[in-house]
Amino acid sequence: MSVSTVESPGSKTAIAVTPPAPATSERKGLTKKEIAADHPTWCPGCGDFSVLALYFKLIEKRKLEHEKITTVAGIGCSSRFPYFVQAHGVHYIHGRALALASGISLSRPDLHPFVFGGDGDAFSIGGNHFTHTARKNINLTYVVMDNWVYGLTKKQTSPTSPLGFKSKTDGWGAVDYPINPMKQAIAAGATFVARTTHTNPKHVLDMMEAAIDHDGFSFIECLSECVEFYEGAFDASNPRKGGEFITVPSDHDVRDEMAAYKLADMPFPGYFGIFYQASKPSKNTKEAEIIANAREKVKGLEDWQILQKTFDRLK
Amino acid sequence: MSDSVEAPAAAEPGGKGVSKVSEAVIRIAGNSQDGIQAIGGFLARLAGRSEQEVMTFMTIPSTISGGPSIFQVRIGSGEVLSAGDEADVLLAFYQHSYENHINSVRKGGIILFDADHVKAKPEWEGEYRHIGIPISSLTVEAIGGTARDKGKNIFSLGLIARMFDLNVPKLEKLITEKFTGKNPSIAQNAITAFHAGYSFSLGSLVDTFSFKDSVQRDRSQVVMNGNEALAFGLIAAGVRFGAGYPITPWSDIMEILRRDLPKYGGSFIQCEDEIASVSMAIGGSYAGRVAVTGSSGPGIALKSEAIGWAVMAEVPLIIVDVQRGGPSTGMPTNVEQSDLNIACFGGHGDAPRVVLAPSNVEDCFYSAIEAVNIAHKYNTPVFILSDQAIATRIEAFPEPDLASLCQNIMQDLAPVEDFKPYDLSTPDGTVKRIVPGTRVMSGKYPVATGLEHDEMGHPSGSPKMHALMTAKRRKKMQSLADTLPKPQVYGPPEGNVLLVGWGSTEGPIREAVDRSRAAGDSVSSLHIRHINPLPPGLADIFSGFNHILVVEMNDGGLGGYGQLAALLRARFTDGRIRGVNKVEGITFKVKEILERMKTAVAEKVQAS
Repeated sequence: MSVSTVESPGSKTAIAVTPPAPATSERKGLTKKEIAADHPTWCPGCGDFSVLALYFKLIEKRKLEHEKITTVAGIGCSSRFPYFVQAHGVHYIHGRALALASGISLSRPDLHPFVFGGDGDAFSIGGNHFTHTARKNINLTYVVMDNWVYGLTKKQTSPTSPLGFKSKTDGWGAVDYPINPMKQAIAAGATFVARTTHTNPKHVLDMMEAAIDHDGFSFIECLSECVEFYEGAFDASNPRKGGEFITVPSDHDVRDEMAAYKLADMPFPGYFGIFYQASKPSKNTKEAEIIANAREKVKGLEDWQILQKTFDRLK
Repeated sequence: MSDSVEAPAAAEPGGKGVSKVSEAVIRIAGNSQDGIQAIGGFLARLAGRSEQEVMTFMTIPSTISGGPSIFQVRIGSGEVLSAGDEADVLLAFYQHSYENHINSVRKGGIILFDADHVKAKPEWEGEYRHIGIPISSLTVEAIGGTARDKGKNIFSLGLIARMFDLNVPKLEKLITEKFTGKNPSIAQNAITAFHAGYSFSLGSLVDTFSFKDSVQRDRSQVVMNGNEALAFGLIAAGVRFGAGYPITPWSDIMEILRRDLPKYGGSFIQCEDEIASVSMAIGGSYAGRVAVTGSSGPGIALKSEAIGWAVMAEVPLIIVDVQRGGPSTGMPTNVEQSDLNIACFGGHGDAPRVVLAPSNVEDCFYSAIEAVNIAHKYNTPVFILSDQAIATRIEAFPEPDLASLCQNIMQDLAPVEDFKPYDLSTPDGTVKRIVPGTRVMSGKYPVATGLEHDEMGHPSGSPKMHALMTAKRRKKMQSLADTLPKPQVYGPPEGNVLLVGWGSTEGPIREAVDRSRAAGDSVSSLHIRHINPLPPGLADIFSGFNHILVVEMNDGGLGGYGQLAALLRARFTDGRIRGVNKVEGITFKVKEILERMKTAVAEKVQAS
C-alpha cells in the first residue's frame, strides 16, 4: 500500500502528487493521540469502545498511511465511528454504507475502506447490499458490531434479537426468527467470514489484521454489548462472566464451506475465529482486467482521441 | 413534403414525375422485431452524412418481443425542429400498421404497403395514394434460402431510396458497416435485399422525389440519439465512474458507459438496486471525480434519500433522469415531463440541488458537460432531466470539437496545510474539496456527513449552525444562478404570447412560433434549460408579453398549470403564467400547441 499513484490511466494529470511515503518498515505507526478524534458518544461500558480502540491498534501496528485511512459507516450507535477516527471518513445513510464504500473501493484501488455498522444497518435495512457486496467480492472490510438490539432508537427488536427478547416493539418477547450473520455471509459468497467479540481484544485485532490482508470482501461479526438495552446478552461468551470463549477448532479447514456452515450452526456462544476464507479474484481485480484489456486496444491515444474514434463511427 | 411539386424534372420512362422537395416525413410501421428501427437509423445516418437535418421519433412496445412499433423520420434540407406532425409517406408492414397509422398521414400522402399482409380499404383509396408491393415475397425471392422475410426492412429501405433518390453508394456503405463483423453472407444478403427494393419499378407507380441541396456546413455532422449524446457528454466531461440499475429508458446510457468507460480507465458498475447505485456513485465521487448514476421515474424516487445526503455532505454527483410516464410503473416506453418536481424537490428537508434540462439531442451532449462542471465546482448533486423522446430520437448535429472539450476532473492529491470541508467563510459557499489520499498537514481530517455539522464535518445540534449551514447550501445555488446566462427569447422580445418550454418540447414549440408568425400572430417562445436554479432575467422577459403559456408534458393539476409553470408562478407570483399541458405519452404536435394556444388566449380575453 505504499504506491501513491491513483489508478486512472488516460488522464494527463491523474498522478497523485503526494510525496512518496517512506516504506512501511521505516515508517512510524500513528499514535492513538494522532488518530483519535471526537470523544465517543457511546454509553459508558458500551462494547463499541473496544472495537474503536482495536481499530486504532490496527492502524498503529500496520503503520497505515494517515491520508489513506478511509472509515465509512451508516446509521446506528456503532455508525458514529468515523467521527471518532481522525482520518478521512464518511457518515452515510442507514443501511447503505457498504454500497458507498464499494464506490470508494472500485474507483480507488489504492484505498482499503473499513466499514463499521450495526446489526440493523447490516442485516435489516441494508440486507440487500450485504448480500451483493459479498457475492461481488469487493475489496473492503466490514465490521458489524452486533448487539442484538436497536440501541440508537432505544430498544426495538433487531434482526439478530433472539426469540423471546423483550423489546419496546415486542413487549411479549421477539417472535421473528433471528438472522444468523455467519450463515448469511457464507451463503452470500463472502470470501472472508470471521466472528469475534469485544471482550477479547487480542482476538478482535487478530481478526482485523487477517481481514485487512484478505484480497476481497472481508466480514467480521463482532459481538458488542449494549449495556443500556441488552445488558448481559453475551455473558455466555465471556469467561470473566462465567462464560466460555471457544475458538474455531484447529483442524477446521477454512476453505470448506460446508464445515464453516456447520460451525455457524452451533448454538450461542458458538465459535470465534475465521469460519471461512476463499481465494477468489475480487471484483476490483476483475474490473482492472476489463480496463487493462480495453486500454490495450486504445494504446497511445488521448482520451479525446478515443471518443473521436467513437464519433467517427457515428457519422 | 413541404414545397409544391415542381414541374417534373425528368420523367422516368413510362412513369411519373420527379419533384424536388425540401423535406419529407416518413413513418414506418410494423412490429418490434421487423427491424424498422434499422431503416430509420440508416435514413438518419444518411441524412447526417448528406448534410441534411434529421429528426426521428419512435415508439416501442414495453413487451420484450412483438407488438406494434413505429419509427418516424423527418429529413430536410433546411432546419428540422420536430419529427413532424403528419407523415408524407407511410410504410405499413401489416394490416394493423396500416389501419392504426393512416391517420398520421397527410391527405394525399403516400401509403406504401406490404401487399402480402395488407388489404387496402376502398374508402381510404381516394384520400391517399396507395401503392401495394408484395414486400415479403419479393424479399424472400431476392434473398432466397432460409432467411424467410428477414431482410424486408432492408428491401423497404431500397424502395424508399428509390422514391427519394437517395445516395446509393452512401447507403451501401452504411449497410455494410452495420453488418460488418457478422457472417459475411448476412451483409451480402442485406445488400441484395436493398438492391432488389431499389430496382423495383416503383417509378412507374408513383411520383419520386429528390431533396433540394442543403447548405454546406463547415464541420461534419454526427448522428446519434439523446441517450448516446448524454453518455458521450459525460465521458467528454471527465466522468470515469458510475453505477446504475436497469430501467427503461435509462438503460442505454448505463450500457454505453459500462462498455466504453474501461477504454478511458474507468468503470461503470451494475448494482443490486437503485439505492446501491446512487450510493456507489456517491462513493466514487467522494473518492475522486464526479461520478454518475441515473434512472427513470421509479428509480429516482428510490434514490431520493441518498441525493439528500449528497446535498448535506456536499459531495458532487450527476443524476440522469430519463423521464417516462408516471406515477409508479406508469408508461415505461412513453414520454412525459412529470419528474420536474421530484428532481427539484424530491426528498426530505431543505435540500437544494441543480437541475438542468437539455432541449435536444445535441444539447444532451453539452448539458452533460455543463452538469459535471457545476457539480465539480459547487460540490452538489446535479440532475440532468432528459426524457424518453430525446433519449430515443436520432438527430444529426455538428461534430463537437472533442480535443478542446474533453477534460480531466480528477482531484489532485496534493497535501494541504489545513482543511475545512464546510468552510462558512467563502463568498459563494463553495470549497475546493479534498478526497481520501490527500494528506492534511495539520492532522485534522474531514468527515463527510449527513448529520448537520460544523465546519469540520463533526455533528452539531446548534440552532445557529443549522441556520448557517442551510444558508450556505442555499447560497451555492444563488451564486450559480448569478453566473447563468439570461435565456434568449425565440422571436421578438415583446409581443402578445410567450410560449415557455423546457426539455424535449423545444422543437415543436419553435415550429409553432414560426407558423404563428408566418400567419401574422405575435408569438415568441422561451426555452428554459436551467430549471433549478432558474436563470436571471425571466421576470423582465415575462413583462414583455400579455400571455405566458407554459407548454409541458405533464398534468395541469388543480390550478390548471403544470410543474414548471407552478415553479415559475411560485417564484414570480405572476398570475398570467398558465399551462398548456399534455399527458398522452406522446410528444406535442405543432398543431396541438397552436390550437391550445388559441383557446387559452381566447379564454383569457373573455375572462378579462
